[in-house]
Amino acid sequence: MQKGNDNMLIPSLETDTQEIESVVSLSQKNNVATKKKAPNCECAIVKSENFSFYYGSKAGVKDISMEIYPCSVTAIIGPSGCGKSTFLRSINRINDLIPHTHIDGKLFVNGHNVYDKNTNLVNLRQQVGMVFQKPNPFPKNIFDNVAYGPRLQGVKNRSSLQQVVESSLKAAALWDEVKDDLKKSALALSGGQQQRLCIARALATRPNIILMDEPCSALDPIATGKIEDLIDKLQNDYTIVIVTHNMQQAARVSKRTAFFCLGELIEYDSTVKIFRNPGKKQTEDYVTGRFG
Amino acid sequence: MQNLELKPAVDKYQPLVLTPLEDIRGFLFHHLGRFLLFLITFSSVLLMLLIFFFVIREAIPFLMKFNLTEFLTTKSWYPEASTPKFGALSLIVGSLYVTIAALVFAVPTGILAAIFLSDIVSLKIGDFIKPVIEILAAIPSVAYGFFAVLVLAPWMQNKLGFTTGTNALNASIILSIMALPTIISVAEDSISTIGRELREASYALGATRFETIFKVVIPAAHSGIIAAIVLGMMRAIGETMVVWMASGNANQIPSPWWDLSQSVRTMTATIAGDMGETPKDSLHYGALFAIGVVLLVMTFLLNIISEYFLASAKRKSGKS
Ligand SMILES: Nc1ncnc2c1ncn2[C@@H]1O[C@H](COP(=O)(O)OP(=O)(O)OP(=O)(O)O)[C@@H](O)[C@H]1O
Ligand SMILES: [Mg+2]
Repeated sequence: MQKGNDNMLIPSLETDTQEIESVVSLSQKNNVATKKKAPNCECAIVKSENFSFYYGSKAGVKDISMEIYPCSVTAIIGPSGCGKSTFLRSINRINDLIPHTHIDGKLFVNGHNVYDKNTNLVNLRQQVGMVFQKPNPFPKNIFDNVAYGPRLQGVKNRSSLQQVVESSLKAAALWDEVKDDLKKSALALSGGQQQRLCIARALATRPNIILMDEPCSALDPIATGKIEDLIDKLQNDYTIVIVTHNMQQAARVSKRTAFFCLGELIEYDSTVKIFRNPGKKQTEDYVTGRFG
Repeated sequence: MQNLELKPAVDKYQPLVLTPLEDIRGFLFHHLGRFLLFLITFSSVLLMLLIFFFVIREAIPFLMKFNLTEFLTTKSWYPEASTPKFGALSLIVGSLYVTIAALVFAVPTGILAAIFLSDIVSLKIGDFIKPVIEILAAIPSVAYGFFAVLVLAPWMQNKLGFTTGTNALNASIILSIMALPTIISVAEDSISTIGRELREASYALGATRFETIFKVVIPAAHSGIIAAIVLGMMRAIGETMVVWMASGNANQIPSPWWDLSQSVRTMTATIAGDMGETPKDSLHYGALFAIGVVLLVMTFLLNIISEYFLASAKRKSGKS
């Protein structure tokens, strides 16, 4: 598994012009490996039924029905402004913070419609972690950033906090770079390190679903590689939904891909099918770069 | 592909070398402009230095004749007695006393109001409330004084049973109302510059609104909030008219120290009150200026503190 990852990543990073085709075939191999390892959980963990989200009277997404499966990576692709972030941010209801919005339809997480009135938002967000497009560490030191979530959950004991911080930073592949100075301000880290810190921070709350909104859009290829590597490792235990503008990235990391356009879900299928043999003309135009 | 309508303006390009005239003009504008701007900036600095200079100059004869330690550390202030005494301690304490009491009311209220405006209430209501708060800052202090004398004082005497209605509590309440607009608007500014990103990060980790505000937003905005407090303090310590009307002007240090129902006298009220009755160049006259120097030094220090915190707030928001 580990070796497969490296093989998969290195060639695709080195050449920008890499054909998606070869990425797909590589990642397909990889997915086969994952499948073997993944627990046998084939019922949807996130499920939307005719879900729409409105900013004022304007729909951000319309009538989305899709199922996201546990312990795998699901990619959301589509042109700018098509509602990828809107959909992603609806899952943990972080979009609620924007005034004058409302929704229509249903969105289930672990079988519960999160837009029901009786939803416990704190518990929802502890189960559904999020990594934002722009790294947004708190202006605190590295330790306090990662320990923020566990402390909210009532962990006070210094040594257990230390343990969570260490394992989260290790999981996010940042530990070796920061272990000597956890008291350093998070703002003094580079952009890529900050993004991995944000991933560590999300992991420290021990969610089972992680939403990532273009986590690599501000990063260089090396940092991107590290994060993709990480996503690959995480998918054994976590459900990951990732929005990306990078076709190769979607092809490399995901098992299923959803294509959004103008607020609608155009096609949702296995990544291999979306990139090799899409069912809709629109999808084909987009993944082959002919999209106007 | 269709031809672009907007073509490079090749035919209109001007030479890249400056003509001698342009060169001279540029030189003059550059240096003249700099000089004028320097003059304008410098004149405000000069004005400040002049104020300092004149206040100190008037105070010097007094400070030469009178012992400075006695001036700062004794409590008896009998400027018109046959052997006049100039102990300004209770005036200095009086100023600090009402100022600090005012801040005890105004700081929590002001910060909570700032949080309310930036994080709780909808934009529309906030846009309605903010101008109203700013009007508070525009009300002349005499009007506040009337309010203190006509409304608060009788209320305190009749309802709270204080021996006098004009007292430290009265003055500090009014001062706190006057300091509120400053505190609220500066704190609100610094709290709202903490972007949506940080708040979202906190909520996404399962924080409640309360936790988000107190664990992320306020710590991130702390420099701006401290600056707000210091600015509010400067507003309160320099205020004259209101404390003159509301504090009772009794030259004493309250005892027990927490008894706000006693009258006090502040430095500002003393200067304003006595200035009209003292012959120029008398010892009393010089003493008032010496108090002025103390006041100037205090506000100057506060100013430096607030500048420091505002600058560090700016540095931080620039970094993130
Ligand atoms: N806060 C907001 N207020 C009003 N409209 C919004 C807001 N955020 C997004 N929208 C609108 O909703 C639509 C979908 O936006 P969204 O951010 O989900 O797109 P996206 O697919 O994530 O785009 P990108 O790839 O550029 O991030 C857009 O048309 C946008 O104008
Ligand atoms: Mg987006």
